[in-house]
Amino acid sequence: MDNTKREMVCIACPVGCHLTVSTAEDGSVVVEGNRCQRGVEYGREELLAPKRVVTATLAVSRGKSPRVPVKTDAPLLKAFIPGLLDQVYNMEIAAPVALGMVVLENIGGTGVRLVTTRSVLEVRAI
Amino acid sequence: MRQEHYDVAVIGGGSAGMAAAISLAQRGKSVVLFEREEVLGGILLQCIHNGFGLHHFKEELTGPEYAERVSKTLEELPVTVFVGSTVMHMEEAHAGEGKIVYAYSREHGIVMAEVRAVVLAMGCRERNRGNIGTPGTRPAGVYTAGLAQRLVNVEGYIPGKEVVIVGSGDIGLIMARRMTWVGAKVKAVVEIQPYPAGLTRNIVQCLNDFSIPLYLSHIVSEIHGKNRVEAVTITPMVDGMPDTQRSFRVDCDTVLLSVGLVPDNEVSKKLGVQLNPETNGALVDSRLMTNVPGVFACGNVLHVHDLVDFVTEESTRCGEYVAEYLDGVRPAAQHRVVAGSNVKYVLPNWYDRSHDNRFYLRPMVVKNRAELQVRLDGHVIKTKVLKHVQPSEMIALALDEKDLGDGAAQGDLRLEIAIV
Ligand SMILES: Cc1cc2nc3c(=O)[nH]c(=O)nc-3n(C[C@H](O)[C@H](O)[C@H](O)COP(=O)(O)OP(=O)(O)OC[C@H]3O[C@@H](n4cnc5c(N)ncnc54)[C@H](O)[C@@H]3O)c2cc1C
Ligand code: SF4
Repeated sequence: MDNTKREMVCIACPVGCHLTVSTAEDGSVVVEGNRCQRGVEYGREELLAPKRVVTATLAVSRGKSPRVPVKTDAPLLKAFIPGLLDQVYNMEIAAPVALGMVVLENIGGTGVRLVTTRSVLEVRAI
Repeated sequence: MRQEHYDVAVIGGGSAGMAAAISLAQRGKSVVLFEREEVLGGILLQCIHNGFGLHHFKEELTGPEYAERVSKTLEELPVTVFVGSTVMHMEEAHAGEGKIVYAYSREHGIVMAEVRAVVLAMGCRERNRGNIGTPGTRPAGVYTAGLAQRLVNVEGYIPGKEVVIVGSGDIGLIMARRMTWVGAKVKAVVEIQPYPAGLTRNIVQCLNDFSIPLYLSHIVSEIHGKNRVEAVTITPMVDGMPDTQRSFRVDCDTVLLSVGLVPDNEVSKKLGVQLNPETNGALVDSRLMTNVPGVFACGNVLHVHDLVDFVTEESTRCGEYVAEYLDGVRPAAQHRVVAGSNVKYVLPNWYDRSHDNRFYLRPMVVKNRAELQVRLDGHVIKTKVLKHVQPSEMIALALDEKDLGDGAAQGDLRLEIAIV
């Protein structure tokens, strides 16, 4: 880890402290500007392993709605996000789709899954 | 024409209408609900990001998940639901306290429902370019942020490749991230105020994460392009005046407007419902009833909410009030509630000293460690310390009989709520 100093805003609560996060000589992470302990944890994770919940939609064939929304069931390491989005926005599944259906398992070996966040009924041929 | 009789008609099947209908059906009232779209859920269906339900369901859900949970509960109750049905008109019934609601449905034609009470739950609509008056040509490629959100998230259509967003409200910020995630380049977010209109969490996760520049105290002074948007001119504001010397041009093919929401009260007006100029929603008493007896309002049609959890709370309570109204309960004397310093508005507009009251208020300032003060006849009767206030976060406040009973019993009974 290099000795970069980063400015960030803590979003663990609405106060929004401006944090300065850096790495000390011994490799430990130093957080300044925080008003409480949660700021230290936030700054540390943002520097070492930032994660985000990803939401997107994918195409549905024969569905009453043309797309179904999905989310990762846990925050995903940021490095894996572009690859995941690329894959999801080029995918298609067939209706009917149930809420909470697993679309992808173990994304990038992280154990995080992609699940649907809405059910989509099938359009029946008349 | 189909003719039906119910206790209550609920107009709108978003989170507000669904919660009110559930609450009424659970109290044994017969309910008809009209929803313009083919499915229930309202605006939640296009808000596919997470951040819903932390208060109500104690977990973080996406909009569609929240909507589906609520509609499952509704389905289990005996509520008559008409989807694809738009309420076009309402009028007083010829006899008694009743109202007649007319909806146009593609499947059933005109449906006429005679009811004893109405719940307005039509949500809000977006301000558009006309409302903010940006000069320039009228090319294609200018969308409101919410419409773009629906196009991308529901229809799967991507409106452009290079985007400038006007206004830093939460919908605009969330669309900045969405457009980036679907492969577009967001070149700027432009905000006239010196501070962002949206939540800090959205500034961080939707702009900073992608190094999207946020121009505070700037305006889009012109939109260029003949058939399609080609560029915008961005101008800094100095002391409230545009400094045209320092204007600059940003090429783009799409402009998204995130410049605010307005309660959609077109049909409310048919019954003569009086509106509050501060909120553009109805003026309501302590039981969320409008000036027209038997007509109630809740959710975004009453005032624009930032959290769906508050919509659910308010609308569930609205359902209780309507049920009590149908049972003949009428409020005791009611007194005015007014917004004090640093408060844009307080809702409801009246309170009732004989029972518990719940208020929602919208602050006008950004402040850490603010104090909320409730004053009655000039005396402070209650205070509450808030860690942080900002205009994008509504504040909830409950006052019980005890709070209201003390102090001057006579005199000016106006209640004032202020932030100091
Ligand atoms: C884009 C956006 C993003 C948001 N993001 C968040 C968030 O991250 N977290 C959070 O907690 N909250 C968020 N909110 C707030 C919250 O989700 C909404 O305030 C809430 O869902 C509004 O519910 P509603 O029922 O009042 O309105 P709506 O959901 O708009 O429902 C109104 C319904 O009425 C129907 N209707 C209107 N007129 C008629 C008519 N004449 N006849 C029949 N039907 C009619 C409409 O079709 C619509 O379905 C967001 C809101 C918006 C607008
Ligand atoms: S450091 Fe603590 S007080 Fe400051 S924003 Fe983070 S959680 Fe809130």
